[in-house]
Amino acid sequence: MREITLSQAVNEAIAEEMRRDPTVFLMGEDVAEAGTPFKVLSGLVEEFGTERVLDTPISEPGFVGMAVGAAMTGARPIVDLMFGDFIFLVMDQLCNQAAKTHYMSGGKLTVPMVLRTNMGATRRSAAQHSQSLQALVAHIPGLKVAMPSSAYEAKGLMKTAIRDNNPVVIFEDKLMYQDKAPVPEEEYLIPFGEAHVKRAGRDITLIGTSSMVQVAEKAAAILEAEGISAEVIDPRTIVPLDEATLIESVKKTSRAIVIDEGHQSYGVTAEIASRLNEKAFYHLDAPVLRMGAMDVPVPFSPALEDLTVPTPEQVVANARRLCAGELIHAA
Amino acid sequence: MAKAKSNTEDYLRMYSQMVRIRTFEDNANQLYLSAKMPGLTHMYSGEEAVAVGICEALTDDDRITSTHRGHGHCVAKGAEFKAMFCELLGKVEGYCRGKGGSMHIADQSHGNLGANAIVGGSMGIATGSALRAKLQGSDDVTVCFFGDGATAQGLWYEVMNMAALWRLPVIYACENNGYSEYTKTEEIAAGSITARAEAFGIEAHQVDGQDVLAVNDLTRKLVARARKGEGPFFMELMTYRYHGHHVGDINREYYRSKAEEKAWRDNRDPIIRFRAHLVSEGIATEEDLDALNTAIEKDAAEAVAYALEAAYPDASEVDQHVYAA
Repeated sequence: MREITLSQAVNEAIAEEMRRDPTVFLMGEDVAEAGTPFKVLSGLVEEFGTERVLDTPISEPGFVGMAVGAAMTGARPIVDLMFGDFIFLVMDQLCNQAAKTHYMSGGKLTVPMVLRTNMGATRRSAAQHSQSLQALVAHIPGLKVAMPSSAYEAKGLMKTAIRDNNPVVIFEDKLMYQDKAPVPEEEYLIPFGEAHVKRAGRDITLIGTSSMVQVAEKAAAILEAEGISAEVIDPRTIVPLDEATLIESVKKTSRAIVIDEGHQSYGVTAEIASRLNEKAFYHLDAPVLRMGAMDVPVPFSPALEDLTVPTPEQVVANARRLCAGELIHAA
Repeated sequence: MAKAKSNTEDYLRMYSQMVRIRTFEDNANQLYLSAKMPGLTHMYSGEEAVAVGICEALTDDDRITSTHRGHGHCVAKGAEFKAMFCELLGKVEGYCRGKGGSMHIADQSHGNLGANAIVGGSMGIATGSALRAKLQGSDDVTVCFFGDGATAQGLWYEVMNMAALWRLPVIYACENNGYSEYTKTEEIAAGSITARAEAFGIEAHQVDGQDVLAVNDLTRKLVARARKGEGPFFMELMTYRYHGHHVGDINREYYRSKAEEKAWRDNRDPIIRFRAHLVSEGIATEEDLDALNTAIEKDAAEAVAYALEAAYPDASEVDQHVYAA
């Protein structure tokens, strides 16, 4: 199978959907000729013109609000939010407007829009261009949240998001844009709420989101050499969450680590760990561990920044302790 | 009164729609005062000429976005009393199945994109609706209602910029009732409000919001031009809210005198003024108009009685409509 980058996969998904459905359009800062700072959207304006690929002023609440209105009246906008950190700027439009319109109207209005943005630290971009804020939007009923872990997922989830009749937020890890993966030439969609068991295992379940799937896979390879068999699962969407697949796995392995690049406190890892505790407690041989980013603003200095995100080595160390039955209780 | 070219039927419909709004609000206030309505509500009484003058210049394909003070827009855009009172009381037959209430009430089938309880929150939605019209080659126009208080929100300046850049068919209608919640507008607004729109190259008008014909005449002209791609436009409608910020805002002399309220009610009431015009021009008699009022009061009383007896949503509704299929 051919291999393409995550960036190309996103581009292909959007182009295919724009060809298929004339109501789909793109808007955001520097999405047209510039193709975004990461060049993810390069070439789209040449094919679809400036009527369907709209460069906006630097007015995030304004253009996200406009996407909501366009979506409510018969268009399917894809909004590009240049950095995930800017999500704080658009919270009212996303969480008070887009997320609630269907419910507040008693189901009469819908908001079929996609907000694509990014996440991920270790790009030396400091505290306002490095955050992973998926937990913030996952907390709000009415929004769906997808977190592709490779080019394959990025394409299939984007196509599903564009066809969904709800506001969907997609977080792409900006460090993965150049990562290649096998992506079929023929069309495919990845349904929301279906986790993917990336690697089968016996002794421990490693649940990772986005780039943390790669971290989990690297950890699993190291653990295998030590005789520990780790199962790796990618939920692919955190809203809706495929709880059943996660619970089934933990019932089999009796141990789990949840890894996500958002801050650990009150985060995605806490939510998933809590559901496992509630629904698989008597199958557990050890506490479910959370591994998120440190609860600090992301520092600039490489010497500090690299300390803030989970690494395969840390996952391995924690997995060893869980499998050895080491108590993790506080003193 | 300003002159607007129209016929008797249009005039009587405008009169009737204004009386329907006033009557709806009087009943809503009574429901609140008699503790039959959950929560609070924000009365539109006094501002009827704004909603009616504007919405009578629109078709069902034209969209509006409304505000927390939105009952007037809802009636003016074509809603019926029964489903409105049901919504106000949280009943399942309400326009939003009881899930929106007073602050989100809207008859979506007539192009009302919803009432918004975030001040200025719908400015992006209205502008986005206009963007969709332009992208899809549709000739509908979107009117964005908001109050003077909302002109302090940054969102407005962002979307006006884009609306002007892209010549979108949107009309920003600022209902300046003199008060930003519990504060005089002159204390929160520097400079001129029309000048803010003009700074983006947007044609701006100030109009007497108590004169339904003046409002309607201006709106008709702007809507026709917006359909031809000459938008966006801005209207500042000088008006007055008779009640407090909401129905519970009773003792309000610390920010507004009773004498001022009385002066507006006695001298500038949009319904009294239009009624006098209709009679003096020989368009209707006092008896005709009394009969209209009586029919509207009866309609409202029946709708209230119906809504009071109507069913609440079933408990199974609570997690329905979070996501669309």
